Amino acid sequence: MGVDFHIDYLQLLSPSGQLSDAAGEIARDAELLVWFHRAMTRARLFDAKAIALQRTGQLGTFASALGQEAIGVGVATAMERDDLLVPSYRDHAAQFIRGVTMTEILLYWGGDERGSDFASARADFPICVPVGTQVAHAVGAAYAFKLRKEERVAVSFIGDGGTGNGGFYEALNMAGAWRVPVVVVVNNNGWAISTPRALGSAAETLAQKAIAAGIEGLQVDGNDVLAVHQATHKAIEKARDGGGPTLIEALSYRLGDHTTADDATRYRDPEIVRAEWVREPVGRLRTLLVARGFWSKEQETALLKDCGEEVDRAVASYLATAAPSCDSMFDNLFATLPASMLRQRDEARHYAPTPGGRHD
Amino acid sequence: MTEITLVEAIDLALGHEMARDPTVVLLGEDIGVNGGVFRATNGLQARFGRERVIDAPLAEAGIAGAAIGMAAMGLKPVAEIQFSGFIYPAIDQMINHASRLRHRTCGRLTCPMVLRSPCGAGIHAPEHHSESPEAMFAHIPGLRVVMPSTPARAYGLLLAAIRDPDPVVFLEPTRLYRLFREEVVDDGEALPLDACFVSREGRDATVVTWGASHAEVMNAAETLTNRSVEIEVVDLATLKPYDSETILKSVEKTGRCVIVHEAPRTAGLGAEIAAEVAERALYSLLAPVTRVTGYDVVVPLSRLEKQYMPSVERIVGAVLKSMEAA
Ligand SMILES: Cc1ncc(C[n+]2csc(CCOP(=O)(O)OP(=O)(O)O)c2C)c(N)n1
Ligand SMILES: [Mg+2]
Repeated sequence: MGVDFHIDYLQLLSPSGQLSDAAGEIARDAELLVWFHRAMTRARLFDAKAIALQRTGQLGTFASALGQEAIGVGVATAMERDDLLVPSYRDHAAQFIRGVTMTEILLYWGGDERGSDFASARADFPICVPVGTQVAHAVGAAYAFKLRKEERVAVSFIGDGGTGNGGFYEALNMAGAWRVPVVVVVNNNGWAISTPRALGSAAETLAQKAIAAGIEGLQVDGNDVLAVHQATHKAIEKARDGGGPTLIEALSYRLGDHTTADDATRYRDPEIVRAEWVREPVGRLRTLLVARGFWSKEQETALLKDCGEEVDRAVASYLATAAPSCDSMFDNLFATLPASMLRQRDEARHYAPTPGGRHD
Repeated sequence: MTEITLVEAIDLALGHEMARDPTVVLLGEDIGVNGGVFRATNGLQARFGRERVIDAPLAEAGIAGAAIGMAAMGLKPVAEIQFSGFIYPAIDQMINHASRLRHRTCGRLTCPMVLRSPCGAGIHAPEHHSESPEAMFAHIPGLRVVMPSTPARAYGLLLAAIRDPDPVVFLEPTRLYRLFREEVVDDGEALPLDACFVSREGRDATVVTWGASHAEVMNAAETLTNRSVEIEVVDLATLKPYDSETILKSVEKTGRCVIVHEAPRTAGLGAEIAAEVAERALYSLLAPVTRVTGYDVVVPLSRLEKQYMPSVERIVGAVLKSMEAA
């Protein structure tokens, strides 16, 4: 007995901005398309600013999503407010749409735990750095939704490299075995730091890893926000209706360094990166918007100004945030700090410098 | 003679041993073309090829497990875990297999592997990049745990770890990677495992420490000299099995013992050393044994990490307090 399989690939908007007939309704929704453009532009400007802050010693290590904005935006716009996002560390484009603020993301990468205490998006999980560990959280959360008969779906992100991790395989297998309402989105940006996709796995697609877990898997053009949105929307609504989990492999490209701590020129030919710019997501959507008469030069200028100001306000509020107190190391460690730890807290207080001064 | 950093000393030792012993192989994430995220394997893939310097998939449990298989079959793998915050899945393999393969097969199969990983706080790294997990490994019977504190010790101890017939967990403090340079002769001379180093002699108090805290203790020693207190600094170096004799001899001389480590306090290795001193040198003590450690908290993100790590001020404070007694 053999098992044949086929992995679907969805692209609605080509790199040159040509729309496929399969796009359907979404292509006529000017408001939604402009929203996509706005959200991707915000993320891109935020990334540029965050890198600049890091370069000037005002932010810690930062992972930019340059070139992968369509994934976060396409996925988050397909979610309902009550759905749950379980992100990785490169998913702020999605998190912004969920209501996480730019200031919060800056605080996190600036070394301040308060960046994970989201003022809205109260249920969403914080950024996850240990690769692969987050997917099981989404599966468990989805199990809780199913048990309580809540019509909520959990959505998790992981990278191409992460799909080689045991945590990913275990979680995907559980998702299938339990048939829970979860959608896992792989941001296949071609690289796991310096490790190219081909060295990470001999599988022809990453989506096919779903087959072994007994769930649906498909590929989308991750630089096509329409395709990402449509595929995710379908998967989420299927999960909500009890149709089980889906794995979506979004094919994109990491146009920047892995993080600000990385120097990709050590292992990657800049020529390849230059060539990849042809496929990046923002320009192709703008081409479509302009062609359809949904977008003008003036609107673009106004948008850039708007987003730039929004980022600047977030940076100002980040920089103005007073340093955390040494007590915060002990706060929220337990519901109540055990009495046996009070002496340690006193010692920390005794040696604490007077608060203030953002960077030491 | 060249002065090199600790991370260069690691690279030098790996290169030396790979050239000397064709069974030595390296595996880990981004250790090849990229030379490791800290450059501890810089240039080694170009020198020894992709078959001996393996860019592994992102799978810590798999990396440790594969190293065990390689070791049992006659290779000498040196596996790198990129950051100690991601070492936990590998602990399963280290506890259930690496540490006991020799014992459970009555010596038929052995596991001469090294599991290297950066550790510790103090370089403004992101979340999960600053942990100090040495006590967890020290609690595993059958494992050696080593943490160097200077470039020369890193070079000599890493050579010893690779040549050792049993598994060694080799933890490298990131804060020391580029903190200072030291002359290191690439002579292939290993330093002894299971032995402390007395980094500084002194008559008044013994300070036992290891890893990055060693640098703070050495600075504290200068401050204390100005206050006419001379501390003896013992670098534990091999954390398990550790050399209690050197510690006891020192405490018998000074009558005072302060232990300094960055890892959390409770069930940290400081507790083990304090207990050993209490059991075997109590009557030599002039003051209670004290500890200066990280607190029992999640190692904070970068803005507070300085307040978490044992500072020179805290160390000086603890030694002076010890001097007040008796
Ligand atoms: C379990 C684990 N191992 C190692 C790391 C260090 N690390 C951070 S990102 C990364 C590569 C991840 O690549 P991929 O999954 O493709 O995601 P990308 O960064 O490309 O978005 C590595 C090895 C980590 N964070 N977690
Ligand atoms: Mg990737």
